[in-house]
Amino acid sequence: MIRNKRLCFSAAGLLLLHLPIAGAGFFAPYEAATQNREAAFAPPTTIHLLDSGGHLHLRPFVCRWIGAEGSVGSQANREDCGHTSSLRLLVHDETVYGGKTLSSSWHLFGTDGREHIFLLGTDEYGRDQFSRLLHGGQASLGAGLLATVLTLALGLLLGCMAGYFGSWVDDLVMRTAELFMALPWVYLLFAVRAFLPLRLDSRQTFLLLSGVIGLVGWARPARLIRGVILSAKQRNYVVAARGFGISNLTILRRHILPEVSSVVLTQAALLIPQCMLAEVTLSFLGLGVGEPQPSWGNMLANLESYYALTTHWWMLASALALLPIFFLLYLFADSLQQRFQVLGLANTPYC
Amino acid sequence: MRIRANGGRLWIWISILGPWLMWGTLLHGGEAARTAEDVLSTAGETGQRGGRLVASLHSDPRTLNPVTALDANSKQIIGLLFADLIHINPYTEKTEASLAKSWRASLDGRRYILELRRGIRFSDGYPLSADDVVFSFQVYLDEKVHSPQRDLLEVQGKPIQVRKLGPYRVEFELAEPYAAAERMFDSVSILPRHLLERAYHEGKISEVWGMASQPAEIAGLGPFRLKQYIPGQQIVLERNPYYWKVDSSGKRLPYLDEIAFLIVPTEDAQVIRFEAGDIDVISRMGAQNYAALERDQHAGSYQLQDLGPGLEYHFLFFNLNDVDPQKRPEIRRKQEWFRHREFREAVSAAIDREAIVRLVFQGRATPLWDQVTPGNKMWVNTHVPHPARSLDGAAALLRSVGFTRRPDGVLVDERGRPVEFSILTNPGNVQRTKMATIIQDDLSQLEMQVHVVPLEFQAVMARIFDSYDYEAAVLGLVSGDADPNPEINVWTSGGASHLWALTEKQPATDWQAEINRLMRAQTGMLNYQKRKHAYDRVQELVAQFDPVICVVSPHVLVGVKKTLGGFKPAVMGDYVLWNADQLFWRNNVAARR
Repeated sequence: MIRNKRLCFSAAGLLLLHLPIAGAGFFAPYEAATQNREAAFAPPTTIHLLDSGGHLHLRPFVCRWIGAEGSVGSQANREDCGHTSSLRLLVHDETVYGGKTLSSSWHLFGTDGREHIFLLGTDEYGRDQFSRLLHGGQASLGAGLLATVLTLALGLLLGCMAGYFGSWVDDLVMRTAELFMALPWVYLLFAVRAFLPLRLDSRQTFLLLSGVIGLVGWARPARLIRGVILSAKQRNYVVAARGFGISNLTILRRHILPEVSSVVLTQAALLIPQCMLAEVTLSFLGLGVGEPQPSWGNMLANLESYYALTTHWWMLASALALLPIFFLLYLFADSLQQRFQVLGLANTPYC
Repeated sequence: MRIRANGGRLWIWISILGPWLMWGTLLHGGEAARTAEDVLSTAGETGQRGGRLVASLHSDPRTLNPVTALDANSKQIIGLLFADLIHINPYTEKTEASLAKSWRASLDGRRYILELRRGIRFSDGYPLSADDVVFSFQVYLDEKVHSPQRDLLEVQGKPIQVRKLGPYRVEFELAEPYAAAERMFDSVSILPRHLLERAYHEGKISEVWGMASQPAEIAGLGPFRLKQYIPGQQIVLERNPYYWKVDSSGKRLPYLDEIAFLIVPTEDAQVIRFEAGDIDVISRMGAQNYAALERDQHAGSYQLQDLGPGLEYHFLFFNLNDVDPQKRPEIRRKQEWFRHREFREAVSAAIDREAIVRLVFQGRATPLWDQVTPGNKMWVNTHVPHPARSLDGAAALLRSVGFTRRPDGVLVDERGRPVEFSILTNPGNVQRTKMATIIQDDLSQLEMQVHVVPLEFQAVMARIFDSYDYEAAVLGLVSGDADPNPEINVWTSGGASHLWALTEKQPATDWQAEINRLMRAQTGMLNYQKRKHAYDRVQELVAQFDPVICVVSPHVLVGVKKTLGGFKPAVMGDYVLWNADQLFWRNNVAARR
């Protein structure tokens, strides 16, 4: 019962976190690339209910941020509550050119005036960190999910082949897997990037990144799946099925793959954070999603600087965002593993 | 009597040897006169001797051989171990006497006769003579040695000729009059013939004085000499007891007993160690780190100085090389835009230089519209216009050459093709990458689709210099000298650093032809005003036709312990240690470090 609760809690938590990221266009108050150059490195906006005269406002409001970077530690960066804007739910935003609306979108919240709300502060270009966090999550979580699917698909295919057919197929797949695990991928990727086309749009970058992470990561799940299959194919019902002359494909599909499914699901929950971390690392190093598109990796790249680390704590937002997601994913994987054990599906000595 | 008798014999000897001694003295100069040191007395604050100064390097120097040194770290150490004949004072940006105590030029400006200081010695105690000077130039100019200095010692493609006129007199002959002749001698280290002649004749001069050399094997005329080198950790220099400069009270320089350079690979790590007090001086600091240190300056034992714009300038440029249309059709097509002066001018007008100064450099940079920074006081043309950012002006310029906006807002050329290009940067240089990101956003307001492509530095260089496979790039250049002559390779067609059009051997436009003519003509002008006039015009042409779009010049930011005396940072050369011989600790506590 407790295990079920943990499973439900982690699944619900993951859904809750993924929802605003999936709907970033609506949940984020601004576009990810919109610069507010007068508000560079602005701290999280204070939401006021009382004005300078001590009067209570029923509608919360924000004050204007007067910022002049280059005067760190001086009085130049401050709030000016002589100019305020009220917060509103469901704000409509239009991009108009030449009297024609080019794009329009609804946002969950925003302000009704010129002043901005920066829930998690701004970066060095005055871009809203909260909006970038949600938009960047699409790249990081999306790449993590897609790369995991690719990794598992490849791992399953090659692991099945190696485990079931054995012999030279097994040798070939396993030796290739060892080679893949031994290669220094980050250095290789730096070299490979120099030969790729200069211009990659965000979609191409996303697919390329997911593809690269997926291709690099197949070796470990393949080895695990191979082990499960090696064990499964010795079972009496598999030997019997083979004795009745049932085709390899049918044996794999009906008798062996169900054994593997629990491993695959648990592996998926474990691989997603790893693949996300791979995306974050690659983007952090400048090999992933490029400016101005955000990803949690390139948002963290600012923290390379001693200055940013010591002065602007809100730049850590994307690193902090990874923590609950990783925690929930690992909790989910653990609960899943235990759930399969109860159902007798997990590949454990008890089954 | 005995004494008398002896005295009588003495007189006999004197009467015999006297005329010979006198003759010898007259003919060759007395031994005493020959060894009297011709020291250079320096002005400025006098200090106390002793103490150790700790500085830092980003990586190990590759060599201590002035003949082959290329990297900045090696050059920095070599600058303290060796001396040159005539030196450019980084503070005044003018030439001053160094090993040559005086010099005079012939009326036609082709011959220079230099008088060397007499009686001065290398750091191993061996005296300097004209033979060492002739030998040094022989080595640098030898084609087989492949010294990077050789190119700097050529005038109109011909190497200078060196002749010994006496034990302390040397003549240099140039192929043609050369305006910056005196400045040629700066940083050309004089080598000890007695240590290197053999290696040179054996063809091994490039192999000597590597980082594995023992300190005793190396001798120079600089204020310090090598004491210890621990790879990856530190290089320690000690006081040269034979140094040829004294302070105004006659005390021999340098004051410091030692200078240690710690190898600290990143700027952030250097800043942290400076703040912790492990490092006494810091230079080449980014504006963000400067801001971080500035915040704690009052509590710390250090002081910071913003020296204003240096000689470095960052710029955006388009690929105007003559690329193969079969091989690179896309770039060739886009060059139709890039070659429009109006297109480049529109891009320049759209760039928010003030925002770059504020956001990337925290206000510690100066916007630029041409290649000469305000830090170069002698050569900057203050009349070059500095137009304010104008998106409307940029849009009008684009319209004038056929660019229009489609109904959906996208900027297209005459044939309806969307204006889209990429800008190369190297992520190792955070400031340039940030500049490119701001430029990308600025140009998106003109509805240009710009992609910022960060590539590893060597890959960027390969595309710019070898394959010409790029559309635009953001780079920075810094000259070692304020004089325009080292810039000739950048601005004239066929120059090795004519970045945007390396394939252009002959000028493709009238304005480029004019730049070529002016840059070449000024090298032969001996009158400063005439040279200045010519170089002013070059700056105007660069600002007007934007072969490169100059954006910003970062300030030189340095930090130093408050107790270090004689500290006089400059915007040229080694910003903080150029006068290492005059640095001293003000209190005894620091001196005991």
